[in-house]
Amino acid sequence: MSEPPRARDGRAPDVFHRGGWIPMRCRRDEDEVDFAIIGTGAGGGTLACRLAEAGFSVVAFDAGPFWRPLEDFASDEKEQEKLFWLGERITGGDNPVQFGSNNSGQSVGGSTVHFQMVSLRFRPERFKARSQLGYAVDWPVDPAEMWHYYALVEDALKIAGPVNYPWGPPRPRYPYRQHELNAAGQVLARGCEALGVKWAMTPIATLSAPRGEAHPCVYRGFCKFGCSTNAKQSALVTWIPRAIKAGAEIRDLAMVGRIEIGDDGKATGLVYNREGQWRRQRAKNVVVAGYAIETPRLLLNSECSRFPNGLANSSGLVGRNFMVQSNHGVYGTFEEEIRWYRAPPSLAVCEHWNYADHGKDFPGGYAFMSQGPLAVEWAQTVAPGRGLWGMELRNEMTKYNHQAGLKIVGEVLPQEKNRVELADETDEFGLRIPRVTFAYGEEDKKLYEHAIRFMTEALQAAGGRELWSIEDTAHLGGTCRMGANPRDSVTNADGRTWDIPNLWICDGSLMPTVAGVNPSLTIQALAYRIADRIKTLAGRGEL
Amino acid sequence: MSERFRNRFPGYNVLDKWDSPSWNEQTREVVRKRLTEIPERRFFTESEWEILNAACDRLIPQPDRPNDPVPIAPFIDEKLFENRGNGYRYATMPPMREAWRQGLRAIDEEAHAKWGAGLCALPDNQKDAVLRAIQHGDVVSQAWQGLPPKQFFKTALLHEAVTVYYAHPAAWSEIGFGGPASPRGYVRVQVNRRDPWEAVEQYEHE
Repeated sequence: MSEPPRARDGRAPDVFHRGGWIPMRCRRDEDEVDFAIIGTGAGGGTLACRLAEAGFSVVAFDAGPFWRPLEDFASDEKEQEKLFWLGERITGGDNPVQFGSNNSGQSVGGSTVHFQMVSLRFRPERFKARSQLGYAVDWPVDPAEMWHYYALVEDALKIAGPVNYPWGPPRPRYPYRQHELNAAGQVLARGCEALGVKWAMTPIATLSAPRGEAHPCVYRGFCKFGCSTNAKQSALVTWIPRAIKAGAEIRDLAMVGRIEIGDDGKATGLVYNREGQWRRQRAKNVVVAGYAIETPRLLLNSECSRFPNGLANSSGLVGRNFMVQSNHGVYGTFEEEIRWYRAPPSLAVCEHWNYADHGKDFPGGYAFMSQGPLAVEWAQTVAPGRGLWGMELRNEMTKYNHQAGLKIVGEVLPQEKNRVELADETDEFGLRIPRVTFAYGEEDKKLYEHAIRFMTEALQAAGGRELWSIEDTAHLGGTCRMGANPRDSVTNADGRTWDIPNLWICDGSLMPTVAGVNPSLTIQALAYRIADRIKTLAGRGEL
Repeated sequence: MSERFRNRFPGYNVLDKWDSPSWNEQTREVVRKRLTEIPERRFFTESEWEILNAACDRLIPQPDRPNDPVPIAPFIDEKLFENRGNGYRYATMPPMREAWRQGLRAIDEEAHAKWGAGLCALPDNQKDAVLRAIQHGDVVSQAWQGLPPKQFFKTALLHEAVTVYYAHPAAWSEIGFGGPASPRGYVRVQVNRRDPWEAVEQYEHE
């Protein structure tokens, strides 16, 4: 059933051509490479590209396959489950989080292969939540610097967006023109206009004009299940081909089981499983980029006599401050035909409550967006969400083309008790699986209750009837937070762990707070910045 | 509860687009397999299989397809045989395979406790009453020990049944979903606009 790895023997799949290959420089396990990177998504993919382009020798590992979207991706929700991280994770606490399709990818390109492409910036003050807005913690980075890197990533991905973005300080024009507003987005626009708040076309990582060998988005609507036309600017079709061209090696279907530590307390490389064999790659630096579950899991699973509580864990914070974003939604039925399966699901956005500081009873922020679930996803929402089954469910489902909805990406605040630990059970590689505990705090609840009230008013004003709401979560963050000192963080502002100077982290686990926007653009901006910092440090002989 | 399915899209079948630019080769292969290669029972025992089928028939009744109902239980069996999870397991639930075996047995025990016969032997309205009681956690049988009935109903039984059913082209057609769309997607994406290859809805006058 499982296919062998594709990226090997001096070549890697060419994502732009059916059956195509591109040359790839391969390293031997015994070669001590400059950087071994674990994970190739928004964090690891971006970093592999930028480090290779800076001249470092890089090998990046991914547990998932290396797809050619044009020939491997079907227009089918069930088939495309192959993009998700489906390994077992035990989920508990007062509000257990669903993983898999919801937030976890297992492909070269990581979750960006199935993300919805929404590419929002943090409001600058959110990077200084504690000192400027009075809640949670500050990031150890300069907001202006992050906004500089946002612009670089937006250009690298040719984000399609509006000429003038209606919230926050001025930003450059988006590199590609905005898309056409679809019906689901028209509903959001109507609701916002009726309530007197601004809305915008979502800045989005799918092409609105040709780019290289990819043509513009054809509005097929299967974004969350993989883009079979390459319009989506995932890491798989952007950073990864660039990385390989610059000399990086990508190893697909390679599950890293442990990071090894030498007598001097520094990382010497990693142990990984490929084609059923355990192998050892030597490296001068190891970067963990497995996202907010797999990154702490690997650090904890790499415990050794020198670091019995796991690597980089002298603060005790590895796995702690696990965050999701609340993703509560309101749905309604409309007289008109909406046919919300057409076009990227979230083409319209309202960031009003990320930027307004009055009229709300919670400290964080949220954005809300138009929606476009496909058939299976909608049934998985309606049946448990409304408790419907039987003929009642089948008949209710026939309203599909008249349905529209709004969902938030809501800021959940960090709490130490929300965490990732290791369970006693092991997976097929013999590695202990993660156990995740999560509960919303009081501020989180106030936020999503506010959002449900506001979106209900908006949908009503837009002409929606039979409104109902659901609880949900989206995205992950935290678990290896970056910070200003070793007592209350796992890494410094460069993603360099405090405890082991050649062990780095570069993914969403670094985020001290998640704000009310989808994280992928921020993770990529952070990775771009970390690559630049590594270049600077190397130039000074401080690696 | 009405047992009649109100078909809003009588003239629409996504399979009519099979040879059109809306379907690419890899999608045809996936859907062809789903339509023609119905998995054999390999995971459940015969009695579990009968209970599962009886439950699926009530969760997704198909009186409008007496001869060719969309198969549901075979794909649930396949998933369990291959032990393909969803990427998470609630801390309050046993591992997936154990949960299903226990859950199906408990449904049957519940039917016995409330109506004096196994689920398969009950008339539809009593089957529904059993399932509804489980949905609301209103159970009496000891067979639920260690398996929360509400959670089993919502996150396993109902979740998997609708996942299988709404992955079938017949279900796509009956809700007016455009279905597969690659390389051709959509052009007229605004409110009340329709591409020629999308479903036409017939509004029912009652």
